[in-house]
Amino acid sequence: MSAVAATATSSGEAVQFWILGTVAVIGALATILMKKAVHSALSLAGTMIILAVFYLANGAYFLGVVQVIVYTGAIMMLFLFVVMLVGVTAADSLKETIKGQRWLAVLCGLGFGILLFAGIGHAGLGQFNGLGRINSAGHVEGLAQLIFTKYVFAFEITGALLITAAVGAMVLTHRERTERAATQRELAERRVRAGVQLPPLPAPGVYARHNAVDVAGLLPDGTPSELTVSKTLRARGQIRDVSSEALDDLKALEQRSAERLGREEASQ
Amino acid sequence: MNPVNYLYLAALLFTIGATGVLIRKNAIVLFMCVELMLNACNLAFVAFSRMHGNLDGQIIAFFTMVVAAAEVVVGLAIIVSLFRTRHSASVDDASLMKL
Amino acid sequence: MENLIALLIAAPLLGAVVLLCGGRRLDKTGHWLGTLLAAVSFGIGVVLFADMLGRGADDRTLTQNLYTWIPVEGFQADMAFQLDQLSMTFVLLISGVGTLIHVYSIGYMEHDERRRRFFGYLNLFVAAMLLLVLADNYLLLYFGWEGVGLASYLLIGFWQHKPSAATAAKKAFLVNRVGDMGLSIAIMLMFTTFGTFAFGPVFGAVGEASEGKLTAIGLMLLLAACGKSAQVPLQSWLGDAMEGPTPVSALIHAATMVTAGVYLIVRSAAVFNGAPDAQLVVTVVGAVTLLFGAIVGCAKDDIKKALAGSTMSQIGYMILAAGLGPIGYVFAIMHLVTHGFFKAGLFLGAGSVMHGMNDEVDMRKYGGLRKYMPVTFVTFGLGYLAIIGFPGLSGFFSKDMIIEAAFAKGGTEGWILGGVTLLGAGITAFYMTRVMLLTFFGEKRWQPTASDSGSAAGSGHEPHPHESPKSMTVPMVILAFGSVFAGAFFEIGERFLKWLEPVTGYSHGNPPVSAMTVTAATMVMLLVGVGIAWAMYGKRPVPVVAPRGSFLTRAARRDLYQDDFNHVVLVRGGEHLTRSLVYVDHSLVDGVVNGTAASVGGLSGRLRKLQNGYARSYAVSMFGGTAILIAATLLMRAV
Repeated sequence: MSAVAATATSSGEAVQFWILGTVAVIGALATILMKKAVHSALSLAGTMIILAVFYLANGAYFLGVVQVIVYTGAIMMLFLFVVMLVGVTAADSLKETIKGQRWLAVLCGLGFGILLFAGIGHAGLGQFNGLGRINSAGHVEGLAQLIFTKYVFAFEITGALLITAAVGAMVLTHRERTERAATQRELAERRVRAGVQLPPLPAPGVYARHNAVDVAGLLPDGTPSELTVSKTLRARGQIRDVSSEALDDLKALEQRSAERLGREEASQ
Repeated sequence: MNPVNYLYLAALLFTIGATGVLIRKNAIVLFMCVELMLNACNLAFVAFSRMHGNLDGQIIAFFTMVVAAAEVVVGLAIIVSLFRTRHSASVDDASLMKL
Repeated sequence: MENLIALLIAAPLLGAVVLLCGGRRLDKTGHWLGTLLAAVSFGIGVVLFADMLGRGADDRTLTQNLYTWIPVEGFQADMAFQLDQLSMTFVLLISGVGTLIHVYSIGYMEHDERRRRFFGYLNLFVAAMLLLVLADNYLLLYFGWEGVGLASYLLIGFWQHKPSAATAAKKAFLVNRVGDMGLSIAIMLMFTTFGTFAFGPVFGAVGEASEGKLTAIGLMLLLAACGKSAQVPLQSWLGDAMEGPTPVSALIHAATMVTAGVYLIVRSAAVFNGAPDAQLVVTVVGAVTLLFGAIVGCAKDDIKKALAGSTMSQIGYMILAAGLGPIGYVFAIMHLVTHGFFKAGLFLGAGSVMHGMNDEVDMRKYGGLRKYMPVTFVTFGLGYLAIIGFPGLSGFFSKDMIIEAAFAKGGTEGWILGGVTLLGAGITAFYMTRVMLLTFFGEKRWQPTASDSGSAAGSGHEPHPHESPKSMTVPMVILAFGSVFAGAFFEIGERFLKWLEPVTGYSHGNPPVSAMTVTAATMVMLLVGVGIAWAMYGKRPVPVVAPRGSFLTRAARRDLYQDDFNHVVLVRGGEHLTRSLVYVDHSLVDGVVNGTAASVGGLSGRLRKLQNGYARSYAVSMFGGTAILIAATLLMRAV
């Protein structure tokens, strides 16, 4: 990679650019077009990893590694974590609610992109000098020298920024408890007074065949009871209905047993 | 291949990210699009670093990452507290900025 | 000696402050304190007078500069006093008559529970009036001028529980305001013309100002005088001002405050001497008011209102005389002083009659009172003889001098003014004889239920006319002495003329007829007036209910329609003006304003559709804007 240089690049890098570049664009498009936030996050992670590769190809070895570790590793995981925390909401639908918003957005994007391309094409971009000479003295050492000399103040200030951000995040998400936590006894009394559901909620799962938490337990008449499923899954509409399946199974079982009994009767 | 192509790629990714900000309603996805835009910028910085033959561009990209990390931390905290009060992560639900 | 001048004012002012702030614990002694302080002021006045007499005629002016009141660069107003012969005359009149009326009020207001406050107001009035005549610049004079206006307002409305009194006070205040505006404009004009408003510098610089400026200042001063002295066209408040307690009518609305206008004109003699047109207007106003007041006085059945008409008329004489210039200044002041004596005496007599008649004011319900109130009868009678100009009494001299001076004006003007003053003398004789006959002669006409004027004490009972207490009769006697002898005292050896001449100047004029002829003509007019009055009210019984009367009588009873005139011209006119202004405001001004607002509102209503509250919509705008910026940048670089 030390041959990172000059105006033209090696054909290997060209191949890598065209393949990975295409993938990166597809990943970016998927990020904005995927219906579920989780999918968007994963697509974005893919794009970022490709970008890390491009950093490496451009001679920014340190940055490439940081990109993988910090961005893809930490930040994207944070995103996923929040997606899980917040859950799936109606906001995920891609249906546009603001009139004309999508058309305007696409129009603006197209215009912006074209102008940007025109700008880059128009710009008098000089020679690509390459980083060979600089990196020869040690890439990370070179970076360190810049950070701790020329950019030392910016570096210190970003430190302060990170601390502030951490404190800010804690302040924003911290909830002050305004009243004493209810004891077990009080909770029990409250439940009796409300008189809605005295005993513990029924457990999910059916007949030991479907004991997953997203499967509603069946009532005696075969209809599923939503009470058995956790509130979050209920809100997301992620209840798997296996009642017909179970009834079919039951029917098949009865039929088999009838056959068995019939055969036995016949054999007798 | 001319390394200028990296810049074109960065411009394309940036435009896609910006368009995504405009068409997505989910605040988290919106944030991802912002991250995409930042990354596109970083790519451009790195390419410029290569063009000028010094490391300053990479340093700027490095700082961008730090700032992005801080922004994500605070932004996501805001989304979480917003979700707690509104039970929704849609940016359209917080449409109080009108007469 | 000049340090005493401030004390003249300070004594009654102290009384006013103590009495008004002192609270109820002074209720028992307050009236004595007030009277004492007024007397102290009079005493200081006498001391200063004696001192002044001891000096030469050219060396009699005293000045005292207390401090600089308004120390602004180019706008210096001093709290400074000037005591010359003119001021001295007023000081003695104000504090002397004022003290007598304080004494009188002790008896008159005996049963009024707010007597302390009354004396406080009286002291305030005396202080303000003294300030007015002692000021050495117009701004300080204006201060005193407003002070007496305030005191007058407070005292007219003293019985504020009576709506008529409250209204009368308000009316007096508002009408006076018009005159005060004239005075303030005059002061401003003086300041722009001369750069100062102190008497000395202004009068010294009169020669440098153009006649037009002087005429403007003079007319504004005349407007001020009209307001304060109840001259046409600002005369309407004086009749209603009789709603106040009678001592107030005697002191403020007969003897002193209403003569402030005369003082102002005589004091500003230098200005008027330089503005013949303004002087002519002054004489016209005086002549018109003279007849106006006299005619109104003929028709009123209310004794105080008849006297108020008389006051108006007599001040008309003074204003007329003051308008004659150096010929008349001295006689204006002389008549002012004698009038102060006999008119105050007449009012006090009227108050004494009302005191004995359960506050009845209708003269048609009096009659034959001379048997019941001998002292009042004699003092009132002497005042009567003085005012009609009975030979030898004070009114005879002072009025005669004015009539002579009017003729001495010369030319057609002189004949007209002289004729008017002569006619006025005749009418004066008529209406005063009428008052006298209705009140003290003839059959008694009061009835058991005569009192309907609202006095709680005597309502429904037959009035028992009785002589008033000593505190009331003694001042009346003293004033009667003044009425009888003042004129002769002033006239013998032309004392008054010599006394005032250094201040006001004097010119003999060129009388077309001899003084004896004028006196004879006056006597004839007097006899004719008295004779007609005797024929109408003395020979035959007087009906208790007023007959309908001729058109002129009815008009005079309504004050010659002055209030109707004011209502039609000023009130209605103002209403019409306001209404049309409101219309213009609504249709034009509001139209433009509302139109602008509506168009902006309509435009905003459309613009606000853009403000849908969705962050993403705003983001589109930003993004579009960014694109446009890039386009612009590229375009500029391409160019």
